[in-house]
Amino acid sequence: MAACYFDVDGTLVRTNLIQPTVYYLLNQGTPVQTALRVGKALFRAPRMAYAELLDRRTFNELLYSAYAGMSEDRLAVLADEVFDSVLRPSLFPAAKDLVEKSRAAGHEVVFVSGALDWIVRRLANHFGGGGVIANRLEMKAGIATGKLLKPVVAGPEKARIVRDHARERGYDLDDCFAFSDSYSDVPMLSVVGHPAAVNPDKRLALLARAYSWPLFDLTAHA
Amino acid sequence: MNHPCLVTLERDSAPRTLFSGDRLVEVDLPVGTRVIYPKPPLEPLRDPDAAIRYALNHPLGSDPLHARLRPGMKVTIAVDDISLPLPPMRRPDVRERVVTVVLELLADHGIEDIEIIVATGVHRRMKAHEIRHMLGDRIFDAYWPDRLYNHDAEDTANLVEIGRTPHGDPLVLNRRAVESDLLIYANMNYVPMNGGYKSVAVGLCDYASLRSHHNPHSIRASDSYMDPARSKLATDIERMGRLAHEKLNVFTIETTINNRMFDRSLDFLVKNEDELTSRERALLKALVVSTAKLPQPARHAIFDKFPAPYGMTGVWAGAVGEVHARSVERNFEQYCVPIEGQADVLVYGVPYISPYNVHAFLNPLLVQVLAQGYLFNMYRGAPLVKKGGTLILLHPCTDKFDHEQHAPYVDFVHRLLPETRDAVLLRERYEEKYARDPALLQMYRTGHAYHPSHPFFMWYWGENGRQHLGRVIVVGADNEYIPKLFGWETSPSMEDALYRAKNGENRSLSVTALHVPPVIMGDMTLPGGATG
Repeated sequence: MAACYFDVDGTLVRTNLIQPTVYYLLNQGTPVQTALRVGKALFRAPRMAYAELLDRRTFNELLYSAYAGMSEDRLAVLADEVFDSVLRPSLFPAAKDLVEKSRAAGHEVVFVSGALDWIVRRLANHFGGGGVIANRLEMKAGIATGKLLKPVVAGPEKARIVRDHARERGYDLDDCFAFSDSYSDVPMLSVVGHPAAVNPDKRLALLARAYSWPLFDLTAHA
Repeated sequence: MNHPCLVTLERDSAPRTLFSGDRLVEVDLPVGTRVIYPKPPLEPLRDPDAAIRYALNHPLGSDPLHARLRPGMKVTIAVDDISLPLPPMRRPDVRERVVTVVLELLADHGIEDIEIIVATGVHRRMKAHEIRHMLGDRIFDAYWPDRLYNHDAEDTANLVEIGRTPHGDPLVLNRRAVESDLLIYANMNYVPMNGGYKSVAVGLCDYASLRSHHNPHSIRASDSYMDPARSKLATDIERMGRLAHEKLNVFTIETTINNRMFDRSLDFLVKNEDELTSRERALLKALVVSTAKLPQPARHAIFDKFPAPYGMTGVWAGAVGEVHARSVERNFEQYCVPIEGQADVLVYGVPYISPYNVHAFLNPLLVQVLAQGYLFNMYRGAPLVKKGGTLILLHPCTDKFDHEQHAPYVDFVHRLLPETRDAVLLRERYEEKYARDPALLQMYRTGHAYHPSHPFFMWYWGENGRQHLGRVIVVGADNEYIPKLFGWETSPSMEDALYRAKNGENRSLSVTALHVPPVIMGDMTLPGGATG
């Protein structure tokens, strides 16, 4: 038995972490709240862009600070809408087939994402179930603080989480698979025996070719 | 008296020029070496289109095709893929000719529900430009991509089990082919192991169906797999094929081509070096020098760029058994050169192309399957070399793989072979596991990679050579690692390899060299007139 670890954004769906966040920001209780939150987010945008260049974890922390003050109920209700309106239409056509082939090979399917766990869980259900390793917002009295609970799922931390997950389940990492589109996931890809580059960015594509990792495009139909 | 294609080298014979991948190299072979050259190309049919029409109207063991048609029926045409001929032939490919005539006939009978499937089995999907080359612009533009497409051996929704053989093996085939009122298979019988019952049962099946005959046991029991009468592989596939032909309404069309692989400007590559004109000798020398100096992509381009001017030598249609017997007979007529007595040492240059690297680099696993598989099996009666004898081959054995086509090969060579070379163990321990690899399956289904089971088959395909040969010595390898992985020795020169083949004994060795490509088969008679 082994596991297949799937990065989500860019790998199985066309969206990135920003699109669901924008959807949340645009769907606040009142127009004033929406305007305020969007304004704050725009103010933070240059810092986020800079952080993205340096460190994926810092970027995630800045991005999720936009959720500060949102109620847990509201976040949960909007999660369904985010999935239906943002993620579902952006799923790559062949993504479901890849997940099904992984399951058919007898592997545990695990979605590893920097997105919020509420949304990733809905995506997992859409794919017929599977484990979820995703970011979780810190809540105090039912209100999001804008901070992420540790461990923050991003970059090298993903590799550690995947290693721990495999160890807990008794999987040999050499038999496990990992799929990602991004160079920032090279640490996660490197800890498993069967890494694969999916719709890769230029740097990951170069690396995948150099190391003869499988490389394919999920945007094409089977 | 020797056959004209069998040349015995004398003291003043010129060096032989053999392929070593995409290089040409001159080698000195000992006096007395028998060099087998390809037969002259058979005369092509004067009017291939008329011959196709004649075959459809005068089929073997079947009513004419027109008598099997009725308006409104659902028809599927399946065609062989790009793995043959080698290299791809100049347009129009014989498949274009055959399918064009068939489509005209179908249109005349009011048949509109027509789909064309490229019967790839677990080979890579053909690219659009390759299909256009094979079937021509008119067919491609009219049918691609909705009604002309590649078979997908992993598309479970479009595969259906049609039954089991008396041995209990399941046969799963392409749903469209199964559900058609008539399946017309247009084959290209490049070598005797192609075609026949294999066309439908392998070209349109899934991985599980292949497992029952694509295994080391079937290969080991084949002597050789280029001789269908003595091939267990062919017998096992025939069992599956009979089931397919019982359940489906199949009309088979088989074609053969001659061996004119090189255009007239390169014709000298297949000639006896002692009979070259001074101009041809100069050209050959220039090719030897230029392929030694040019970078690999440029060398590859010399041979890859120009399609082969093959000529169609036969076409038969009707019931598969009778049709296939005729095409195999024509293959033998083109390829078989009679030879008496096995050699101690067999020599050949491994060329740059195999059925599985069209438009890609010949990776080391494919070098192996050519050396110990396909070329070794080019015989009828008995192998060209004695049991326990030595094979000397020329090839650089470069550790390089085409990332797109041969992704599954990398793990096989670098992860599995270091563990074991035992084909049975590899099958038992790893084949099914790798065949389910989701990443590699995705590359097969949506990219242009071979199915992850394919490298295993390529290793099994070399099993005859592995079991029969005592030693394999590679001349010209650019690394030690790959030959060692395959259990081969390396040698810097032919002279050194021949010295090593003697194994310290003070005796002269009988040497036979196969001057390939194009395809040659040795028709072996053992001393006293017996065959193996």
